[in-house]
Amino acid sequence: MQRWPVLLFLAWVCFLFFAGIGLFMSGFLLTRIELANSSSCSDPLVPPPWDEQSLPPGSCWVPRRFPKAVLVIIDALRFEFARFNPAKVSPLPYENKLSFLHHLASSQPRHARLYRFRADPPTATMQRIKGLTTGSLPTFIDVGSNFATYAIQEDNLLAQLVQNGRRVVFMGDDTWEGLFPKKFFRSYFFPSFNVKDLHTVDNGILQHLYPTVDSGEWDLLIAHFLGVDHCGHKHGPDHPEMAKKLTQMNEMLRSLVEHLGNDTLLLVAGDHGMTETGDHGGDSEKEVNAALFVYSKTPLFGTDPPEEPEAVPQVNLVPTVALLLGVPIPYSNIGEVMAELFSGDGDAASAALQQLSVYHVNAKQVDRFLRSYSLVAQDLPAEQLQRLQELFSSAVEEHTQLLAQVQGATLTPPEMESRLRSLVSRFQLYLREARAVCTQSWARFHPLRMVGGCALIAAACLLCYVASELASVSDSFYRSCLLYPLLWGLVVAVLLGLACTFTQEGLDLLLLSSCAAAASQLGFFWHWWGRHPKRARLVGSQPPLASVGPRQRLRAWLVLAFPMGILLFRCGAMFSDSFVVAEARVAPFLLASLVTLLVGKLHWDGRLTVPEGPKQQLLGFSSYRKESWYLLCLVAMLLVCVRLSGFFHQCREEIPQCRPSVFLAPLASLRNTRAKNLFYLLCVALLAGMVYAVRSWLRHYGNLNSSDPLVLFVRWGFPLVVLCIACYWAVASSAEDSLGKLQELVQVAVVAFPWAVYGLTSVGLLLLLCHPMTVFAKDTRESAGSIVTPYQGVPSSEVDFLHVIPQIYRRMQESQKNRLERGSCRATVAAYGLGSVYSAALVIALTLLGFLLMLLHSERLSLAFLLLFLEAFVLLHIHTRARSLAGDTESFSVPWFAVISWLLAASQFFYSTGHQPIFPAIHWNAAFVGFHLDHSTNLLPAVLVGANTFASHILFTVGCPLLLLWPFVCEMPSSQKKKPKKEPQEELQEVEEHMMEMRLRESPEKFSAALLQLGLKYLFVLGAQLLACVCAAMILRRHLMVWKVFAPKFLFESLGFVVSSICLLLGISLVMRVDCAVSTWFSQLQLR
Amino acid sequence: MRDAEVRRLWAANLLCAASVVLTAVVPAFFLDGFTVLGTHLTWLCVCSVCVGTLNVILCLVLKPSLSPKRSSLGNKISRFLKCCIYFFMSCILFHAIIVLYGAPLIESVTETFLFAVLLSTFTTLQCLCMLGPNIQAWIRVFSKNGATSIWENSLQITTICSILGAWFGAFPIPLDWDRPWQVWPISCSLGATFGYMAGLIIAPLWIHWNRKQLTYKSR
Ligand SMILES: [Zn+2]
Ligand SMILES: [Zn+2]
Repeated sequence: MQRWPVLLFLAWVCFLFFAGIGLFMSGFLLTRIELANSSSCSDPLVPPPWDEQSLPPGSCWVPRRFPKAVLVIIDALRFEFARFNPAKVSPLPYENKLSFLHHLASSQPRHARLYRFRADPPTATMQRIKGLTTGSLPTFIDVGSNFATYAIQEDNLLAQLVQNGRRVVFMGDDTWEGLFPKKFFRSYFFPSFNVKDLHTVDNGILQHLYPTVDSGEWDLLIAHFLGVDHCGHKHGPDHPEMAKKLTQMNEMLRSLVEHLGNDTLLLVAGDHGMTETGDHGGDSEKEVNAALFVYSKTPLFGTDPPEEPEAVPQVNLVPTVALLLGVPIPYSNIGEVMAELFSGDGDAASAALQQLSVYHVNAKQVDRFLRSYSLVAQDLPAEQLQRLQELFSSAVEEHTQLLAQVQGATLTPPEMESRLRSLVSRFQLYLREARAVCTQSWARFHPLRMVGGCALIAAACLLCYVASELASVSDSFYRSCLLYPLLWGLVVAVLLGLACTFTQEGLDLLLLSSCAAAASQLGFFWHWWGRHPKRARLVGSQPPLASVGPRQRLRAWLVLAFPMGILLFRCGAMFSDSFVVAEARVAPFLLASLVTLLVGKLHWDGRLTVPEGPKQQLLGFSSYRKESWYLLCLVAMLLVCVRLSGFFHQCREEIPQCRPSVFLAPLASLRNTRAKNLFYLLCVALLAGMVYAVRSWLRHYGNLNSSDPLVLFVRWGFPLVVLCIACYWAVASSAEDSLGKLQELVQVAVVAFPWAVYGLTSVGLLLLLCHPMTVFAKDTRESAGSIVTPYQGVPSSEVDFLHVIPQIYRRMQESQKNRLERGSCRATVAAYGLGSVYSAALVIALTLLGFLLMLLHSERLSLAFLLLFLEAFVLLHIHTRARSLAGDTESFSVPWFAVISWLLAASQFFYSTGHQPIFPAIHWNAAFVGFHLDHSTNLLPAVLVGANTFASHILFTVGCPLLLLWPFVCEMPSSQKKKPKKEPQEELQEVEEHMMEMRLRESPEKFSAALLQLGLKYLFVLGAQLLACVCAAMILRRHLMVWKVFAPKFLFESLGFVVSSICLLLGISLVMRVDCAVSTWFSQLQLR
Repeated sequence: MRDAEVRRLWAANLLCAASVVLTAVVPAFFLDGFTVLGTHLTWLCVCSVCVGTLNVILCLVLKPSLSPKRSSLGNKISRFLKCCIYFFMSCILFHAIIVLYGAPLIESVTETFLFAVLLSTFTTLQCLCMLGPNIQAWIRVFSKNGATSIWENSLQITTICSILGAWFGAFPIPLDWDRPWQVWPISCSLGATFGYMAGLIIAPLWIHWNRKQLTYKSR
């Protein structure tokens, strides 16, 4: 059997997928590291003009200009909405509606000003709120200390205000509640989820806004209106509803300004814009272009406004507001102060001096941030950081010089003014460059990389399909379809690497590997195409193959169409946010449909009925065979399993009426002691039952007879593992106070028992690797030499050896059937359990993994795991029955139906073990099974949580070779029928029929080809799902739900793919390891 | 003979389709506030009863299945009772299957059961009318080359279409459109009804199309 080429081929295909995923991710998922530091009043950033004593009370860093501010956020306020053009004759519904802003700006030009407010992508509301309060560029994954909540961990404006004793009052969008828990002095949250609802949030705010403003019990008041955004999503901007909504906002602003005092700053801002269809999330001009309006009843600006409104990046709001209100700038801010708001009413020189000082504070803060960021992360390019550093230090140096000269009064006013101005522009340059560097690495999609990643994944899927169809696996197949493509890839990689070293450019490992992957794919298709015409000619020379008519080909296509159609439905469902949200119910529905379809098709083809005899033909009646009823019972059982598994669901916030399953909570949280004890007993009984079932299965197939260490482990180790788990559950679920004095003992036990389980399972897995054979050989003669009658002595070549194996095997089977006394002259070696040696190893591995994963879940989810094993068992039986009924028992290839249903069951149980593809639903508790709330590294908790999350992927994928093996294992019962035939024929029959898994060994070429084909089919189906997710994330990156639904789904799906593909390789290599062991066993037998 | 038969099939099928349409319209004149969506349960009952009655009447009038031997009254009564039991059992079976496919277990039992009754009306009742309470005959009809008359062909097509319609009807349920017809089981029952009506139309057309290939074994 060819082992290495198969594994290499599968690993290569996995690598192709990984390269695609990596490339796509680098273009789509922007990441950034969150710093835990925060600014404080006492930071040594205060510029020279104001040392700490001279600062007015209530100010930090610089003297505050306003004690109070109102921030009105109108969600999705595009710049065009806020702009007023009186010359416009027939304005669109969204134009010229905010006339009050124009009125303020034109009547009081030094009090009010409109800006273009440039939002940074991703322009989703949550990311924008983060940006508007932290002054940074939030990405999809802000790698921070805590994944479990959405709360902002970084230093932010609100935290600074609260830290300095200001009162922040909030009203509006309830997203803020999750982002800033317990930060508000007073808050009025309104649900933001229903996009169709235009008025709830706005009316709720309007009800509380004016009374709150009048009460004066606030320092910063934030009002976040959602009506405009929701109107955009529902109707688009170009709709009469939008005119109404904007007019309402205009009136709101008019009355708000009437209620404001002289010491209050008013800011009206949009968090992002919207496209012509009313969506946002991406980086197109219309989404990025929001409006900002600043107003105060005291004069703000020293100069008149420019003709065309200035463009201001959104991050600039944070340092500006912070310094205006006299609080420190948040630590991670990369924005630049809007200096014109700090000029005051003095002469030009003093204004410039004042601006210079705020710039100086700002630059110092940004420099401090960049320094600490570059210490923890390397994603900002080093040489650019170096350059920024130089810019900063030279500007600071000049600043100190200039200040000394100003104090010494050695400068003439015009000279000083020009130098001040040049210095200001140098600070500006520094701040802008710093922001540009950050933007470049944090806030930009790379469409080219995304498309490239998609293309790589799609091509890899195609490759899987094509290669799985090439059933005739020969040496030339591996040479042309594996070796040459690998060489192609290697050559391209080496060439690119050399080019990089010659041109002294930084070597991007990701790009390099994706280029190599693309090249090797091209190589594959090239060689495949080269083989193709040859194949056609070959077929042409063979008349029987050539005569395959279009009708038969059509039928072959139809056989494919049903499972592929279901797969298509599944992939299509990834493109709708509702279906992704409802996937926990979609996957079981599709699985049930697929299995029903299979039965329906078998029925339609007449496979389930008794072959028509003359009698039936006469009556026109048909009845079912006995096996068909068995199949129908299995299908019913499967449907029941599928339905029952729905009771272990977790909820997402998108479905508010959903209540999470009670089984997800750990037993410790149960109040009712009796229910707790009952559940505990049930879970433990269940574990014991599983061990019993596995052992009796093994005993039934004779795999429990030998005294190998592995078998001993199955006999004694399994109950021990169960005992440890039971003890752990008992300790973990017991009420903490009831134990009193035993507290310390419990502390030890909580750690010790999981470790015992870890230890025992790893011992078991190691044993499985070292001695995977569970065969018991019984020698009834002294010499085995006479077994092999046709061949004298030791077989000389591999070919002879291959013929020998079945020979021995047949005799063994006979002995196993207790025919020793009858054929004692022939039966010499009895091998028990040889017929299921591969499956036995897999079953043992799966049981061990199951124990391990159950330990990581909460106790009552072991019920779900029982269902998982039961469903997998039933699926395997359905697959076997369906095959035998359809009449292709000989075939080594696993039908698509089986692979797709297997994977559907895997994704169904992802949900049925209490998971959802969103971050807050991850079971973080799994990281602390056997650990005391601290980890020295991040690796171990990641592995534990990952194993918990992808438990069903792991189990189903490791068990996937069973799809190939099971039909052979189940051969037994069908052959036990007595057939009234002549003696020699009967013997022949038996000899032919008891081969079981040894049939695979009989033709090792076909065995390895079948394993390869199974792996490729599995990867194809997995890859198709992944491709759908990737395409959905790419195409729908402007969708309202992209960061809430599609991006997390993509992330979970791709991680699941990685886990699954690794497990697939492991599962297949386990089978091959067993095969090796069987070979050595046979050769030892031979030599004895 | 063949043409006359096809014409009778057309008439019967159009009658059935028309009756479905009428059940959506006519009750509004008698019942206040009757709409298919608003008072869906009422419509389900009305539709099941009407289509069921019409099927029975058509079966008695047209006699598509010629029973080989005349049977006694007692025999007829037992056949009728058997049919009733079969119908009821198929309702229960459909209910169970629908629940297994993901319908709520305890809430809205009435809705689910009435939907099951509707499905049984579209599928089982027809089988009962045409083939009698004879499972073996049913098994024969629903297999490849199993139909022995155009009536049985029509039965095959309408049954499969009804079930497919109900299956496709489940697809809009998770969507967040907030339409009244997305409430369980409206979309599914509407899907089944449309599937049934489509089947009624498609069946004669299909028979007309394939009249050359259709050769029934005479039994
Ligand atoms: Zn928004
Ligand atoms: Zn929006």
